Amino acid sequence: MTAPFFFWFFAAIVVFGAVGVVAMRQPVHSALFLLLSFFGVAALFITLNAEFLAAVQVLVYAGGIMVLFLFTIMLVNIRRTAGQPYVHRQAGAALLVAFFLLAVVGGTIVASSRTSGLADAPADPAKLSTTTISRMMTETVDGKTVKTPVTEQVAGNSQAVAWGLYRDYLLPFEVASVFLLVAMIGAVVLGKRTMEHVD
Amino acid sequence: MNPSMASYLPILYFAIMAAIIPVAGLAAMSLLRPSKPTPTKLAPYECGVASPTEAFDHRFSVRYYLIAVLFVVFDVETIFLFPWAVMYHRLKLFGLVEMLVFLAILVVGYVYAWRRGALSWA
Repeated sequence: MTAPFFFWFFAAIVVFGAVGVVAMRQPVHSALFLLLSFFGVAALFITLNAEFLAAVQVLVYAGGIMVLFLFTIMLVNIRRTAGQPYVHRQAGAALLVAFFLLAVVGGTIVASSRTSGLADAPADPAKLSTTTISRMMTETVDGKTVKTPVTEQVAGNSQAVAWGLYRDYLLPFEVASVFLLVAMIGAVVLGKRTMEHVD
Repeated sequence: MNPSMASYLPILYFAIMAAIIPVAGLAAMSLLRPSKPTPTKLAPYECGVASPTEAFDHRFSVRYYLIAVLFVVFDVETIFLFPWAVMYHRLKLFGLVEMLVFLAILVVGYVYAWRRGALSWA
């Protein structure tokens, strides 16, 4: 039973990193703990045979998103945050929200493990990296066009992600490009305007 | 351990070595070196940088952030291309059209950023 060991090991790293993010006084230290948490999540993806998601986790989150966080830290004046009290005055509201979030997530885990046997799912993680493709195969038999449904197994996490993304979730994929467009134009509008004010 | 996890063992060895070497180096130095600290010796030092606390004294230009956002956007775009290329032979024309629509939407933003001069530093 090595798989549960690796799960708990990397899950502990993720939680340790997440606690570090909120506990550190220096924003840069928080960012480094966040990086540790991101790598822990990537390792969790690998234990689930989701290599592609692990690579994305490292490339986008540990690479790109981390750069954004660090630049944000560099943009704001850190001295303003350095002398602040350790517990924010919104701590009460934050605790309340965190409690409800925990109740919802915990309730979902308990409910789904009772009904659909979620706890048994990681027993065969190889299943998560294969996907079943069903498509119509067109043949010409005796001068007539016959369509027969064909199912085949495709191995590999990248292939499984690709099939899900580009066939089953076509619209969300295209909407994602609109999101990226909004992010790009928004950054240019805000960034350029600020630069013109400064210059 | 299943076989695919075993193929990640070199990364584990690499991480262990990466942790051991600096710790071993610092430990060896603290055992071998004479300890005569002066304020000048203990001051943070970086080659070519006058003030060691420069990052705290100055705010950085928003230009860095603009470049970083554009980097993340195109980073994500590239990652979407990868699984598409892997399954291209099965997605066929449908996948090609789909990806061209995706890229066309992002080229709009690229042209906009270019024409607004967001890609030039000055």
